[in-house]
Amino acid sequence: MKVLIPSALRSYTERSQTDAQGATLAALLLDLDRQYAGIRFRMIDEQDHIRRHIRIFVNGTQVTDLAQPLAESDEIIIVQALSGG
Amino acid sequence: MATPKKPAARKTPAAKRRTIVLVATRKGAWLFHGDAARRTWKADGPHFLGHVISHMVLDPRDGKTLLAAAKTGHLGPTVFRSTDRGRHWKEAAQPPAFAKAADGSGRTVDHTFWLTPGPASEPEVWYAGSSPQGLFRSTDGGVNWAPFSSINEDPQFREWMGTAQDGTPDGPKLHSVIIDPRDARHLYIGMSGGGVHESTDAGRTWKTLLKGLDVVEGFGFDPAQPTFHDPHCIRICPSNPDRLYQQNHCGIYRIDRPSDTWVRIGKAMPKKVGDIGFPMVVHPRDDNTAWVFPMDGSGVWPRTSPDGKPAVYGTHNGGKTWQRMDAGMPKNQAWWTVKRQAMAADQADSVGLYFGTTSGELWLGRNMDQKAGQRWTCIARNLPEIYAVETATI
Repeated sequence: MKVLIPSALRSYTERSQTDAQGATLAALLLDLDRQYAGIRFRMIDEQDHIRRHIRIFVNGTQVTDLAQPLAESDEIIIVQALSGG
Repeated sequence: MATPKKPAARKTPAAKRRTIVLVATRKGAWLFHGDAARRTWKADGPHFLGHVISHMVLDPRDGKTLLAAAKTGHLGPTVFRSTDRGRHWKEAAQPPAFAKAADGSGRTVDHTFWLTPGPASEPEVWYAGSSPQGLFRSTDGGVNWAPFSSINEDPQFREWMGTAQDGTPDGPKLHSVIIDPRDARHLYIGMSGGGVHESTDAGRTWKTLLKGLDVVEGFGFDPAQPTFHDPHCIRICPSNPDRLYQQNHCGIYRIDRPSDTWVRIGKAMPKKVGDIGFPMVVHPRDDNTAWVFPMDGSGVWPRTSPDGKPAVYGTHNGGKTWQRMDAGMPKNQAWWTVKRQAMAADQADSVGLYFGTTSGELWLGRNMDQKAGQRWTCIARNLPEIYAVETATI
């Protein structure tokens, strides 16, 4: 499915949009990490929480639970939230 | 303990040796390459523009491998690694991270704060200290990092660490990870909330090393409790690993092992200046010579140069007396802060001393190991806030 990548993470993907697979958000993030090693830990901490200044939207709705089911037609948007100067 | 072996003879003639100053800042990292005379400096950077770089260290064992501890405002922490002195970088496969708690309630590394290359006998080993406070080790040159459960998950250590609110404004730090060059199993660590600790079994068990250290007066704090201790920076003398110096929240100290008692050598500092500060630097070959950068620890703790008059103070006799070394620095209205990792000495025959300020200036002091002729020169301005300064000789 389509995943939009924020500028802060494009050093990994080298593009603003990529494709990844997964039946859940957790699985999709693992697939992203398989393609772009290291990208997941920059977004998700070691306790499996989404980091404070990262937001993830599925079809325009913010998601905070990595167990969120995904469908092939979903669009995932990863956003870098405000983090100061 | 055994007398340290003499260092192996250098392959590079002294006249051809070069110093690199590694500068880690709040907005990226720079390498300043000096000529043989340390007169001209070529800036290489920024590396990782926009990243908060807490520490950058060149591995003295191979002279090529660089590690940089990084995070950004948005992204989680990581460690970048170069094997060609910064031409190319690759991210660690497993950066320092705490163990995952089954219910997700475990701690998370905010940033890796301190990097220490292992001893010569363990060429692939590195140690890292983090904020919140944790200790990590890599056995593959910094590619994969594993946590020390003997500290990170130990209930007693966790109690001594307190919460994130008990630390410095940017978070409590585990720092000053020191390995005895004679014995890879002999470690020291400092905790910005939690005191000084020592292990003689490679970190399996630890004991406190607090005797002689003062705590903040007037509140009835028990000096035997690690919670009340705030070491700022600890250094071991390469020429005499039985001697360590410490800049603490409550003074400047020296310890000569096997004694387990620190001696407050900062009492010999001028009363008007005091003995509060962040960095502590030791001479690479003379265990009687060390330097500090005093700060104002009065009132609300401005943490700036006392009275706006910056100076390094040096001792050539193990702290019995201190000499003000400020020639070339501004005489007044210079409200600098030099952080705990932001001062370092090089390895040259005539030792150069370097410090970086929170206002983005990088300074070089010449003849700092002499009793006269010291002189400071600013070698870079307008950098972001400097967090750490290290040197490397190639």
